[in-house]
Amino acid sequence: MTAQRPRYAEEAPYKIHGGCGLMGLCDESGTLMSGEDAILAMAIQHDRGNGLGGGFAGYGIYPEFPDHFAFHMMYHDVRAKEDAEALFDEYFVVDLAEPMPTRPVKRITDAPLLWRYFLNPHPRKLEEAESSAEDYVVKAVMTINATVDGAFVASSGKNMGVFKGVGYPEEIGHYFRLEEYAAHTWTGHNRFPTNTPGWWGGAHPFALLDWTIVHNGEISSYGINSRYLETFGYKCTLGTDTEVAAYLFDLMLRRHKLPLELACKALASPLWEEIDRMPAAERELMRSLRAVYGPAMLNGPFAIVLGFNGGMVALNDRIKLRPLVAARTGSVVMVASEESAIRAVMDSPDKVWTPKAGEPTVARVAGMDWPIHGDLHLSPTEVSCAVTGTETSCDFEEARA
Amino acid sequence: MSYTAAVVEGYSDVAPQVRRDGGVTTVDARGVYYRRVNETVRQAISDGATHLVLTGVNGQRYIGTGVSAHGVRIDVHGTAGNDLGMLMDGPMIEVFGNAQDGVGNTMNAGTIVVHGDAGDVLGYGMRGGHVYIRGDVGYRVGIHMKAYENLVPVLVCGGKARDFFGEYMAGGIAVLLGMNTQFPEEPVAGSFLGAGMHGGVIYVRGTVEPWRCGKEVGIFEATEEDMATLVPLLRDYCSAMGMDFDEVTSQPFTRLAPFSHRPYGKLYVPL
Amino acid sequence: MPGTYIQPEFRVKIDYDKCHKCGRCVQQCGWGVYSFNERPIPDDSKCRACHRCVTFCPAHCITIEKNALAYKDNDNWTVDARKAIWRQAETGGVLLTSMGNPRPYPRIFDHLLLDACQVTNPSIDPLREPMELRTYLGRKPDAVSVEADGAGGYRLAPNGGMTANIQLDAPIIFSPMSYGSVSLNVHKSLAMAAQRLGTLMNTGEGGLHADLYPYQDRVIVQVASGRFGVDPEYLGRGAAIEIKIGQGAKPGIGGHLPGEKIDKEVSSTRMIPQGTDAISPAPHHDIYSIEDLRQLIYALKEASGYKPVGVKIAAVHNVAAIASGIVRAGADYIYLDGFRGGTGAAPQVIRDHIGIPIEVAIAVVDQRLRDEGIRNHASIVAAGSIRSSADAAKAIALGADVVAIGSAALMALGCHLCQSCHTGCCSWGLTTQKPELTRRLDPEWGAERLVNLVSAWSHEIQEILGALGVNAIESLRGSRERLRSVGLDAQMNAVLGVKPVGM
Repeated sequence: MTAQRPRYAEEAPYKIHGGCGLMGLCDESGTLMSGEDAILAMAIQHDRGNGLGGGFAGYGIYPEFPDHFAFHMMYHDVRAKEDAEALFDEYFVVDLAEPMPTRPVKRITDAPLLWRYFLNPHPRKLEEAESSAEDYVVKAVMTINATVDGAFVASSGKNMGVFKGVGYPEEIGHYFRLEEYAAHTWTGHNRFPTNTPGWWGGAHPFALLDWTIVHNGEISSYGINSRYLETFGYKCTLGTDTEVAAYLFDLMLRRHKLPLELACKALASPLWEEIDRMPAAERELMRSLRAVYGPAMLNGPFAIVLGFNGGMVALNDRIKLRPLVAARTGSVVMVASEESAIRAVMDSPDKVWTPKAGEPTVARVAGMDWPIHGDLHLSPTEVSCAVTGTETSCDFEEARA
Repeated sequence: MSYTAAVVEGYSDVAPQVRRDGGVTTVDARGVYYRRVNETVRQAISDGATHLVLTGVNGQRYIGTGVSAHGVRIDVHGTAGNDLGMLMDGPMIEVFGNAQDGVGNTMNAGTIVVHGDAGDVLGYGMRGGHVYIRGDVGYRVGIHMKAYENLVPVLVCGGKARDFFGEYMAGGIAVLLGMNTQFPEEPVAGSFLGAGMHGGVIYVRGTVEPWRCGKEVGIFEATEEDMATLVPLLRDYCSAMGMDFDEVTSQPFTRLAPFSHRPYGKLYVPL
Repeated sequence: MPGTYIQPEFRVKIDYDKCHKCGRCVQQCGWGVYSFNERPIPDDSKCRACHRCVTFCPAHCITIEKNALAYKDNDNWTVDARKAIWRQAETGGVLLTSMGNPRPYPRIFDHLLLDACQVTNPSIDPLREPMELRTYLGRKPDAVSVEADGAGGYRLAPNGGMTANIQLDAPIIFSPMSYGSVSLNVHKSLAMAAQRLGTLMNTGEGGLHADLYPYQDRVIVQVASGRFGVDPEYLGRGAAIEIKIGQGAKPGIGGHLPGEKIDKEVSSTRMIPQGTDAISPAPHHDIYSIEDLRQLIYALKEASGYKPVGVKIAAVHNVAAIASGIVRAGADYIYLDGFRGGTGAAPQVIRDHIGIPIEVAIAVVDQRLRDEGIRNHASIVAAGSIRSSADAAKAIALGADVVAIGSAALMALGCHLCQSCHTGCCSWGLTTQKPELTRRLDPEWGAERLVNLVSAWSHEIQEILGALGVNAIESLRGSRERLRSVGLDAQMNAVLGVKPVGM
């Protein structure tokens, strides 16, 4: 078999256009919920996709390995698997490697080899690398995506995983036996791409470490958002709005240390006239935030759900051009593109409402870290490569050579 | 729900169960794909049914869409999906639950009563008929409502509205009561109220801050003449919702109307 | 021998059957074309085709035609080239001209096309939905830093936010044109319009007349090599300070306002004696290198309480590196003036043959600043023949924050682009100090015309943004993905960072 690796980046020589449906479900008490709820919520929104991409992220799904990095791998062929595993063996201690549990589904035909690994950095190698475990993992993800033909890391966080592929989300969920998993937070996505990449890695959620994004809509400001990110060293090679949103969150939260609420306000900024009406201290803050992060503003219709081990955040564009409905029952918060998805999962929600444009809907899992993920010390290019796999040089590669 | 070893379906593509009981035709829409539900509804109407009851509705799209019939009543139990009553011409739909986005899109005639909240872009391009919502409504509600000859659309929302209520409004009557709301702290309407309005009238129970309104909008206290228009509408609304008319009219109303039918006449000039 | 070989460029034709013999044309012409002997008699050789007489003739009986005089065909030795040689042979002088480069170099703006939304993302209605043009001119931090406000929210940390920026309600400001080169009434029109529009006018290098003090919050005060009118009060009054290094019409060339134009008012504003020539040296003699520029920038900041200080340069070959140096020297904005930028007087050889197009300058400067990670440190103002809202939108999409208009503003006030500003006889009363001419412009009327022009362009930019599906100008700024080129070669596309149509 030729190692014609379906390069992730190659699916998008130009910007990908598409619409979608999405959901997010989080029990703030940390109580685990079956993946069936997530599947059902997406199945109800079947007509929002076109069968060319579906996926889920679940948090808290691996209680037996809470402190291991869970790698969800996609392999084009056996050789890709062997190459990736050689890397795992060299740089990690793998405590469990197994095929992803799947079941046959009629319309899922071209699945790659799907494996998962519960691993931790090799202690001595980690010490030599003089980096945090998170940095070490991101570099490994980068190495695999960039240099191992036909291998792709779908997710790499602790106690979480991404399950995605080409198909309708309910088919993908069924294929991955999601009903056998229980998570405190689920996100789901139904893709309606207007071109047909047909590459499993291209489905959503988009992930790095424990952090995932699902997104509905089309960001009309993509051109300047990506150029803005380039000034900070990111490379937007995937050509998707989701990638841009992920890096913008990374820039503002991790590198600029902005609180999540303010990062959301930068992405979906209040109108100037609203800012002008604010009390003085808030006005000055918002004026600076908008002027400084103007190139980061996501302009155009979008609804987005950012998932992580601490919970989730849902956000709409500032004039509400994409649907988003939210609900709460006790400690369970749910968002979806349509109310019916919520009603399918929650019998009688305490409250159902339409979030305001640009106002984040936040669910925080009690006792979990907030916000987002461990403190990375990588260059943005490295983070970018980790996800898109476009760089050809990296520490691991050099070490191997 | 117990797991069955098959792909979870949001909806099954099967004909719904139908029960006829006297003059009432009950359609069990639970888990049934919208096309099968709506086919059944259309068939029943053409077979002479005048009162349909849809049970177990959750998100099925297009209920009543394009149905042209008078004297027909459709009860919807559950959450009505997108484009409820779109292009509808005549029937009466009553939703016992919430409605999603796009209620009454380009509707011509008939009545939609929602005993709950409704989503965004409600009444887009509505040309006639009545839409009554008990609770809150989303963004861009009443957008581009228009009147033509004897067709005058009427929209009454009992709760509060988000931004762009009555945007581009070209005709008809939109009423916002701000009463049955989940958001008691919020203003009765968001920003850009009546932005681009060039026809028709919006009545708001209570007052609105001028900055919330589009620049095309004049703000007036409702006159006796206005109340003469409003009272029969509100009586009808109150009877549909089971609300106390006296309470609804216990506060004065504000009338929003465009300064001009041609707000941009001066903005565009021939070269 | 004839006085000149140069034949009149225009023919002034009067239909005497219609002529009222009112003499208005005689009175209106600033160049003395007409004499009157029972009826107006034109001297074609003096006509500049400024159309003042045509516009004011109550009988509509005047027409100006090109002199159809045939010259022996020669694509190489153009008529203009021949005339220039005759003129120089007669005088031994450097040929002087005004306004921007009129030659048929490629106009890159006319090879760029904007995008619009169809289906996958919605266009936005600019009339009814918010469509924000507000722009902040000045240096911005790379990141905002905040602290908890003790009430569950956040506030700016000390020095955590944006400081010393100027709020513009539209991304269009007026170019520097000095009092002296233009009349005080032009300055007043610009200042009043800037205030009403929430934008800026720019004194140019001629100082700030006391009549403009009420509008000073909307005035950029310029510091050029001649330092005319520059004192602490002047710096204190301006909203921002601009160091003028160069001008697109005459890069590397100083200025010379002849003594005849230095009347009492100009004299007091420039702080030089009446009747002396006002000479601007070619360089600033305290800037011979980039570190000197830094020294001057910070001197002006010190003297003004740290107002924004911008630097205006002509777009020349190495503009990207120069701009980077200027930003690193501490400029809050960089003003790029393309090779088609206007002037009140410049040697023709300089105006027509030096500099580079503004489109290229924007593209390479914006990219360089991004590559160096300093794009947020300064705003980019682009000028040099912004002819329409479309040019403005394309300039912004290429990477400019703001565009500046000079020629277009003068045209709003009546200028017909006759390229004769340097004569000081402007019939429209704009580029002259003759009181009988300057009074032709009522500042109130002029301000209204300027407000109309900028408002109309603003509406048009809003229409463009709406079609692009964005509702804030910052989402267009630098978004070259929304531009495509037609008829440019691959190299130029690469320079501009723009894909060709079809890609």
